[in-house]
Parts: sequence; C-alpha cells; structure tokens
Amino acid sequence: MNAQELLSLADDELILGWRNSEWTGIAPFLEEDVAFSSIAQTEIGHARAWYELTAKEVGGEADSLAFDRRPDEYRCAPFVELRFVPDWAQTIARHWLYETADTIRIQALMHSDDPEIAGLAEKIDREEAYHRMHADMWADRLREEARFQQAVDELWPYALGVLEPEQRDRLSEVVGREPVVPVERGEHTEELTPLWEEMTMVRRSVPGASW
Amino acid sequence: MGGDDDGPPLRAGGVMVTVERVWEALAEIPDPEIPAVSLIDLGVVRTVAVDGDRVRVEFTPTFLGCPAVEVMRKQMVETIRELGAEPEVEVAPGGWSSDRITAEGRRKLRESGFAPPALREAGPVTLVQIQTAVHSCPYCGSEDTRLDNLFGPTQCRSIRYCASCRQPFEQFKTI
Repeated sequence: MNAQELLSLADDELILGWRNSEWTGIAPFLEEDVAFSSIAQTEIGHARAWYELTAKEVGGEADSLAFDRRPDEYRCAPFVELRFVPDWAQTIARHWLYETADTIRIQALMHSDDPEIAGLAEKIDREEAYHRMHADMWADRLREEARFQQAVDELWPYALGVLEPEQRDRLSEVVGREPVVPVERGEHTEELTPLWEEMTMVRRSVPGASW
Repeated sequence: MGGDDDGPPLRAGGVMVTVERVWEALAEIPDPEIPAVSLIDLGVVRTVAVDGDRVRVEFTPTFLGCPAVEVMRKQMVETIRELGAEPEVEVAPGGWSSDRITAEGRRKLRESGFAPPALREAGPVTLVQIQTAVHSCPYCGSEDTRLDNLFGPTQCRSIRYCASCRQPFEQFKTI
C-alpha cells in the first residue's frame, strides 16, 4: 500500500468525520446526537492513526498532512464531501453505504503484508463494528421508506467510488444493487472547499497554534 | 561558619527505581474519564522497562481516537519523574481490548455505576452478542436491562436502561 492510498483512507475518514460532526447539537433526537458525535470522534481518530502511519513513510507529521494541504491535494472520495444537513434520509443512506464499503476495505487491509497496516486495520475493524451495527439498524428501520430508497439510489454511484475497482462487485452484492458507473476519487465536489476553509481556519490564521 | 555538612545529596527518592515500584506508582493514576479506575485497572499499560535511571513505559489507549491519550501520557511522565527517573512514555503498537480490564477494574467500574464489558468473542462484536449478553443493573442488580444507545458520552461507553429500577446506566463497550 503506497502513501497515496494511505492518504485516501485517512482523508475519507477525516472528511466524513467532519460531516458527521455537523449533526452535533441538531440531530433529530438526543440518542442520534450522541451517536453521530461519537462516530465522528472515532472516524477522526482513525484518520489520525492513518496520517501517523503515512507521516512515517513520507515525513512530516499527522497534523500537517491533515490540515496543511490545499483542497485539490486531498485524496478523499467525492462521496464523503457531500453535505446533507438537515436531510436525515440522505445522511443515513450515506452512513449505511459508507460503513458497508469501509468494512470491505478494512477487512481486506487486515490481510496486508505490512504488519503495521494489518494490525491497525484489525483494531479499527473492532471499533467500526459499532458503526456498522448502528448503520444496519437504521437501514433495517428505513428499508421500506421511499425517501431512504431514493437517497440510496442517488448515492450508489458515489459509494462505489470509495473502493478500489476489484472490491466493487462485493459491495454490489452486499448492498443488493447492480454496478453502475462510479463517481471516482480524484475530482472534488464544490462542497469540499467550504468545508476545508472552516476546518483549517484556526491553523491558517495562527500557524503553529496549540491548545 | 556553621551550615550543614558537605555530604553529597541523595538522589530523588533515595533509592534505585525498580520495575515493581513503577507499576505501583502507575496504579495510583486515575483514568482521566473514569477516575474510579486506574490506568493499570484499565489495562492500558503494556510494558514497563527500567534501565538505570531511565524508565520506558508503553501503553495503548482504549480507542484510537481517545482524547484522553495525551492526559494519560502527561500523568505517567510526571509520576515517573516524581520517582526520580527519566521517563520515556510511548504509545505501543497493537490495539487495546476491553478484555484487558482487570478483575479489580471490573469491580471498581460496577461500584461506580458502570456495567463492565462482556468478554470478547472471536472477531468484532455483533449486535446479537450485545443484545443477548446479560448485563445486570449496577444500581439494583436486576438483569432486566436493555441496550438504549450503542453510543454514550465517551467512545468507550454505551447506554443501557434498567426496566426494574427505571434507571439508565452506562456500560463499558466490549471491543
């Protein structure tokens, strides 16, 4: 696994963690406020772990990889950039599709030849088990709802773009949908730059600040 | 002109630091988020090695994104300095599991109102395991409790509800 692939993984988790955190304080009910806030914190923790591993390979430190690049240098999939607040159906559709795709990706990494990557993936997989349970419960609850189905339909090409081509058939199988042309990693949506501006604001205005 | 003698000063603590002494001292450090249990009760400390006046400690936080990691590290560094040794405290590779919480730690968790985690089965935990595991209420002891929210106020906790005394309580996650 090269540094670019590690960065893709880290950037996905960081940006999705940021999007999840946008529900803090305004989720439809208290349990989900707590859930999305906690999931956001875990995802950003995973991003940090992958950035630290990347930093060992390419030099520098995790925080500068996370915050000192320009928006066009990020490797995240367009799927995680989309901003859904206040739409709960789209939020849950992405949560379920992302966690399902991420499981395929993480479980493949558990068999990596690199013991550091395999070990980290194993730890992350155990933490992610809670995200999967949460996402699956919601998907079961909303399966018959038209708004949820429509959101899954719209997001399906984006979800495929999270994974490497050889992993996509497996996702189609698990999600129960035919493969379509994916929205690939490499181009960014218009929604990344406003997120980046907010996320890096403190670091850009006071370089080297610590608290 | 008076004054005290000119003997050499004692080293801080006066004696060589031993591995046992370090473990004892670390067992006095409360977890930053659940102060009823110590870092040793929680099983986050992996190894302690002493080389002359240098003490190396390796630890693993409960969750990768645990915000208490830096607090834990600082507390261990200070504790080792108080023993008169030079600390080197690093995060160890490999993950923490809730199975690392000691028997003493599980008892202390229950006494402070947390249900201890169920023991881990092979592989990641599943919803079926969580929903079928018996967790008795730390307040009234009833086993008539149910999962209320997989997520709680910190990454390592879930919320359960006791149908008998109608009290919500926190449960340490199995990971």
